[in-house]
Amino acid sequence: MTPDLIQGSTYAADIDNLILGIGILVGVWFLAAEGIFFWLIWKFRAKPDQKSEYLTGKEKHVKRWITIPHALVLVCDVFIVVGAVNVWFNVKQRLPEPDSEIRVIGQQWAWTFQHPGADNELDTADDIFTVDELHVEVDKVYHFRLESRDVLHSFSVPVWRIKQDAIPGRSITGWFEPTVAGEFDVQCTEICGIGHGVMAARVSVEDANTHAQWISTASSATTP
Amino acid sequence: MADTAVDVHHGEHAHDDHHGPSGILKYIWSTDHKIIAMQYMFTGMFMAVIGGFMAYVFRMQLAFPGISVPGFGQVSPGEYNALVTNHGSIMIFWVAMPVLIAAFGNYLIPLMIGADDMVFPKINRLSYQVFLLSAIILLVSLFVEGGGFGGAWTSYPPLSASGEYNQTDLGSSLWLAAVAIEFVAFLLGGINFIVTLMNSRAPGMKAYDIPLVCWMIVIASILFMLSVGPLVAGAVMLFFDQTIGTGFYDPARGGDPILWQHLFWFFGHPEVYVVLLPAIGITVDVIATFARKKIFGYKMVLYTAVATGVLSFFVWAHHQFIAGIDPRMANVFTVTTLLISVPIAEMCFVIIATLYGGAIRLTTPMLWALAFMAEFLIGGVTGIFLGASGADIYFHDTYFVLAHFHYTFFPIAIIGTFCGFTYWFPKMFGRMMNDTLGKIHFWGTIIPFNFIFIPLFVLGMGGQHRRIYNYEHFPELAGADMYQLRQIATIALLVMLAFQLVFFYNWFVSLAKGEKAGKNPWKSNTLEWTTESPPPHGNWPKDELPNVYRGPYEYGHPDREEDYWPQNLPS
Repeated sequence: MTPDLIQGSTYAADIDNLILGIGILVGVWFLAAEGIFFWLIWKFRAKPDQKSEYLTGKEKHVKRWITIPHALVLVCDVFIVVGAVNVWFNVKQRLPEPDSEIRVIGQQWAWTFQHPGADNELDTADDIFTVDELHVEVDKVYHFRLESRDVLHSFSVPVWRIKQDAIPGRSITGWFEPTVAGEFDVQCTEICGIGHGVMAARVSVEDANTHAQWISTASSATTP
Repeated sequence: MADTAVDVHHGEHAHDDHHGPSGILKYIWSTDHKIIAMQYMFTGMFMAVIGGFMAYVFRMQLAFPGISVPGFGQVSPGEYNALVTNHGSIMIFWVAMPVLIAAFGNYLIPLMIGADDMVFPKINRLSYQVFLLSAIILLVSLFVEGGGFGGAWTSYPPLSASGEYNQTDLGSSLWLAAVAIEFVAFLLGGINFIVTLMNSRAPGMKAYDIPLVCWMIVIASILFMLSVGPLVAGAVMLFFDQTIGTGFYDPARGGDPILWQHLFWFFGHPEVYVVLLPAIGITVDVIATFARKKIFGYKMVLYTAVATGVLSFFVWAHHQFIAGIDPRMANVFTVTTLLISVPIAEMCFVIIATLYGGAIRLTTPMLWALAFMAEFLIGGVTGIFLGASGADIYFHDTYFVLAHFHYTFFPIAIIGTFCGFTYWFPKMFGRMMNDTLGKIHFWGTIIPFNFIFIPLFVLGMGGQHRRIYNYEHFPELAGADMYQLRQIATIALLVMLAFQLVFFYNWFVSLAKGEKAGKNPWKSNTLEWTTESPPPHGNWPKDELPNVYRGPYEYGHPDREEDYWPQNLPS
């Protein structure tokens, strides 16, 4: 899509290709419709002493100028639905087996991330809590448990193409698998009050060694 | 006069008590549908100026963060949220609806169906007064302690439900009250449109002889009536949550914040078509007149409008794909959402096909009508990306969404309004508008409009999310190229706003010096063009109310020398 926004997760390319596919389909329709539209305006501009034609649009051979495109739109819709549902199923409905689990908690106006720590088990004594700073390992499947302490928030990482609202009173499970190491933006994409614009976090996608090192430093920093 | 639905038309004594109040009261306490239409029109335009000013302030902040905006000053994050929230609320509830439905509906329906007034003139007057009250409450809400409501026009709880979260205790309650009262005004007005169209048509005017713009406004009113009930109930619950501490939307007390989203969008999506259909109706009538063409399939336009309206009740959750609803539901709503593209596309095809074989005159109203189609198509095709669940994961709550719905709402509320206003101006005020100034205003609006929103599509594709006061905290969105795009959009907005002065100048100059319009300056077929411009109280002189002999779009008929055939001429 936009050239400078990298595809940083396993499904980023699927979403981009779906967008591209829809873009081509509707782009053709759009150009055809606008092209015919402007051509008709030019072709049938008022000329002196020439009366307009009287067409009712009732005859079958005239009506097919509407009914054929009508059917074609329906066919395109089927293609788009199949593509969209397919991508949706893989990103949102099917949960692959996780390598690790994290908890993401939104509140006015910060993200708290709960990492599983050295034992790779969430909700144990060695969990690492950070604010506005998420650390994950590249090429590992993560499940996230998304929660909110107050109002609606939305967890969004554009390079992964992931987005999910956080709702107080619920824990919503989703997944991602980062494929590119680096530091990226985490946004809150649901308006959450006057601090909505400062609710920014960063995610560090690290290779196995760096990630293990981070776990040990972070654990020693929090362990008494 | 006609306080009952019985025989308001062609009755023996239909005009006997056409004595309204006199003096200034004639204008503020009138039951004349034309005066009420003007009240709605002027109030709507006044609110549009306020909504436009808000857009100017927050666009300045976005392009030049921290700047002291001329005419406003520095924008705080709370003010920014209040500005975007109220810009959206005003433009939809206090501009698009009053102008497209109430103003044009009031002005056109009685005149186009050959009636002397609405069926319920006093309910009509009450409708405007309730509407005015709602507008005043909304404007007051901006200046109370804590400032105006800043939880977005969608007003999702828990943010909207508690002052603890939104810091605008009074502002949010007043905002909600204003919206709910505005709904009451439109229910009152809508009943009037529906009953008037059913009961007061001129003798001989059958269902398929009704001008499409009247049909569209009535279908829109029906959609509104059917969809608004759940939201009013939802608004009452939200109001209780705000003011007396109930927990309808509070999960800690057994409530559910997602419930509001369902109630809101069950109304919110039909609402799109509530304002779209009148704009399409205006466009269709103007295109038929200036292409000198019969509509290519009157019934197709009508039936596709009905089909769109029905389908619009089954698509609401496409606004909630990632809101935490059951992910399986997204598949259902993807199907229904894409299905709705079929009738809408067909309606567009019919309108485009109408141009075939025409003798197209590019007057100012015709330019607006054609621009409506050209721009609305962009809004239509970009909607497909958002209705497709898989693609919406990325686009949801980005500027792509924002640019998409501005490409639908701007053609509807702004282009549609200018189209109708310039077309019926001679009838409303008795004089022609200056065509050159009209065209300067047209191009000065349309070109900058595209320069505002095309950059915003690009920003949305780059991941820019909505309702952010300042992007400095997001390194991926704080690059110089991103700021350039924001600045292009803002400068284009300034240019567009400046050109609106041409419109107001043209309006006042034409009122004073414009060429006298006569009854039928555009050589149109419909009934409003058979009376004086402006029409007298009662619309036609007593005993001269028109009869109807044919449909509204008999242009270019081979049996006639003239290329038009007014509906009221006997064969």
